Amino acid sequence: MSEKYIARSSQIAARMLGGEMMVMSAVDSTFFTLNEVATAIWQAADGRTPLTEIVARNVCDEFDVDLETARRDAQQFVDELSQHGILMVSDHPLDVSSGPAEAA
Amino acid sequence: MPILFRTHDSLFHEMMIKRYTGFISPRSSPKFEFEVELVTPSAEMESEEDAHVEMQDGLWHLRRGDFRASWDPRAGRGHIRQSANPYSTDSVLRIVHTLILATEGGFLLHAASAVRDDRAFLFSGVSGAGKTTISRLAPPDVILLTDEVSYVRREATGYHACGTPFAGELARVGTNCSAPIATLFLLEKGAENKIEAISAAEAARGLLRNMLFFAEDTEMVEMIFRSACEFVDRVPVQRLTFVPDAQVWDLIQ
Repeated sequence: MSEKYIARSSQIAARMLGGEMMVMSAVDSTFFTLNEVATAIWQAADGRTPLTEIVARNVCDEFDVDLETARRDAQQFVDELSQHGILMVSDHPLDVSSGPAEAA
Repeated sequence: MPILFRTHDSLFHEMMIKRYTGFISPRSSPKFEFEVELVTPSAEMESEEDAHVEMQDGLWHLRRGDFRASWDPRAGRGHIRQSANPYSTDSVLRIVHTLILATEGGFLLHAASAVRDDRAFLFSGVSGAGKTTISRLAPPDVILLTDEVSYVRREATGYHACGTPFAGELARVGTNCSAPIATLFLLEKGAENKIEAISAAEAARGLLRNMLFFAEDTEMVEMIFRSACEFVDRVPVQRLTFVPDAQVWDLIQ
């Protein structure tokens, strides 16, 4: 299976509030609240780091979860957010010069 | 926010004065103005088309089954084409206010609001959540701002709720005054009266669900999201479960 690269869309607004990351699509106004693990993946989605590396480094090393479970959950999370245009997914590194709007 | 309406139809003029009683001041300096062009109801103007709001070349274009309107935010001028139906004017006003407030950190919210002891309380929820019911149960010392759409402004001193002429099932326009917002309650009907704390994320979700917003514009969506987060950061948001009796107001202090 080919490597995946993920990046945050520029068409979203995001903010950490009360310890939870909230993300809203500026395209279809879909609103998501991310849990701790999803937030870790979200914050590491720089378009350059392979998803497998993000899962190993930012999920398995930081949270008590095995690699297989973390990979499966991460794939599900990425699929769902990419369907709403919140995450961009590619087989090659992504150029993310303009990042998403982070509310102050 | 004073708005000047121009119409050549005397009957419509009278209808508007009656509808917005308490919110009319001939001496105010208008912040913007609308020319209302009345047309004979036609099949085109009576369709069930939902509201569409989009920005094109610096002009906002508003369209729904019963009206067509444009508004130039820089010039402060707009034009409405509608039949002599005050609900159409009402809808244009709501939409334009969502656009104005969004740039200032404020918003319109599906919520009843009321002032008690110089502090405003908002009761938000979808249709059927109890906005009109809690308004109807308000004791005499409470000043009702609206039972339907609350007007929230961000000012230097914090968030304020303002009365609106947008009435719900109570069919009574609000009082034309404002007060600093003490609490936003997310309404739920239940077996007892109680107030519960909720997480910031739940508060933001509840707030965003009930905000009035029409524009299909990414910049405006970001503004609305930012406004909701900042409001939740600064104003207590709680869940209010209530049974339909007046004792619920004992909790609103």
